[in-house]
Amino acid sequence: MISIRNINKTYGKKGDITALSNINLEVERGELYGLIGPDGAGKTTLFRILTTLILPDSGSAQVMDYDVVVQYPQIRKIVGYMPGKFSLYQDLTVQENLSFFATIFNTTIRENYHLIEDIYVQLEPFKNRRAGALSGGMKQKLALCCALIHRPEVLFLDEPTTGVDVVSRKEFWEMLKRYKEAGITIFVSTPYMDEATLCDRIALIQEGKILDIAKPKDLIEDFQPGVFAVKTAEMNRAKNELQSLDENVEAYHFGEYMHVVTENNHLTPKAISDFLDKRGHQEVIIKRTTPTVEDVFMNLMKHASTTTT
Amino acid sequence: MKPSEQSIVTKNLTKKYGTFTAVDAISFDVRKGEIFGFLGANGAGKTTAMRMLTGLSKPSSGEATVAGFDVYRDAENIKKHIGYMSQKFSLYQDLKVKENIAFYGGIYGLRREALQAASDQLIHRLGLQGEVKTMVKDLPLGWKQKLAFSISIIHQPSIVFLDEPTGGVDPVTRRQFWNMIYEAADRGITIFVTTHYMDEAEYCNRVAIMVDGKIEALGQPSELKVRFETDTMDDVFYQLARKAKRGD
Repeated sequence: MISIRNINKTYGKKGDITALSNINLEVERGELYGLIGPDGAGKTTLFRILTTLILPDSGSAQVMDYDVVVQYPQIRKIVGYMPGKFSLYQDLTVQENLSFFATIFNTTIRENYHLIEDIYVQLEPFKNRRAGALSGGMKQKLALCCALIHRPEVLFLDEPTTGVDVVSRKEFWEMLKRYKEAGITIFVSTPYMDEATLCDRIALIQEGKILDIAKPKDLIEDFQPGVFAVKTAEMNRAKNELQSLDENVEAYHFGEYMHVVTENNHLTPKAISDFLDKRGHQEVIIKRTTPTVEDVFMNLMKHASTTTT
Repeated sequence: MKPSEQSIVTKNLTKKYGTFTAVDAISFDVRKGEIFGFLGANGAGKTTAMRMLTGLSKPSSGEATVAGFDVYRDAENIKKHIGYMSQKFSLYQDLKVKENIAFYGGIYGLRREALQAASDQLIHRLGLQGEVKTMVKDLPLGWKQKLAFSISIIHQPSIVFLDEPTGGVDPVTRRQFWNMIYEAADRGITIFVTTHYMDEAEYCNRVAIMVDGKIEALGQPSELKVRFETDTMDDVFYQLARKAKRGD
């Protein structure tokens, strides 16, 4: 469905800023595929290449067997794209924007109304309002409607949930599940690591490089280091002391607890407990915990930086 | 508690736009040196409340003092005694690191010698000695955020407002950023912070959660979790925010 081979992209006059470095990935038909990484990782650059808006420096990519460089007109007909930055016509109304996108794709709102109905009913009270005057959440819903109105084969969503609260994010991901069930392939990016578990498969990206590709469940199960949730009366001191224990131990805040991650699994809960006791820590709680995608991501970041510097 | 130990005091603070009540009679105190999390769904009224507390918008009714200054009569003094940073508006991308520091230091009223000293200290603390002549746009995002935060407190304000300071930042940098927040709080600077990351709500001494213009919950994360019978702040937030009637 989407096939990316050795894609490279640099920016800057001398090409000295690397946006993407040797990217390879495959998205299968009907998959909900997540590109997970922080701002500046190269996510938007990859989206722009796949939606034929910019050219890669080298490498190749196909969307539905069409080449992104040579066959860009065909690709543009079959993809829906929701950019990270709101890009609809601010001075057209909600309904005018939607009609416009339907018309340029040679279709009508009526023809594909069933696809957008759930979202559009929420927009309908504002259908005569100019898009520029909508709230953030409503803009996001309108942009999704406009990306869907021609019933694309592939939906590209670049950070659709950035700056959106937890409740709206949950609703949004439920909508995505329905489009997936309707047979639309979805390629979506997000900086929120907790959203990774809602995807069929994910690619973790950082500084233009893919760190790993896996099913979220496998990523968690295959994570080798032991992860412990630890709490004491003096979290900061305990964190710093555990961090300096040895190079195979990482300790960092994780919500109410800190996570203590031990490579080679050489650290037992007993050893952590003794270590903290010896340093006079009170109210110590230690429990083994399941790693999250964020733990995995941080571990991969650590290894990526030690191999390159 | 003596008033001087409180950085923010609000009582029935309200903002109406026509018939719409954006902020509906909120009352809360923030103690000096406290890390206070301010949460809410999109459209709950967080931004409007912050605009009133930073002296940018006059309340419709109610009372509030920030850093000891009244929001109606002393808005200009509030602006001088607070710091402000957001992800959307932080630094000038096409000015150098040193120029940004000088510009903001000047805006915040630092005189030449004080500015020089504060600037040197800031650059040293962040380890940016080699980057003083780098354009801010060429810095990695994580550095930009740390620099923006340091600049927002360069004039030693008694309180700093951070509006989603860590949005989109990688998990390692996000934690380094929170270390800087802790250090600032240890120096006595009050932190007023909004975030969409619920693990960060746990790092706050207390959090307030806004729903439809009102504060629906206020307390230590541990208290709120007990009150809402759950293990996570994520769930506390979800239980409250899904009751919101006001669309965003």
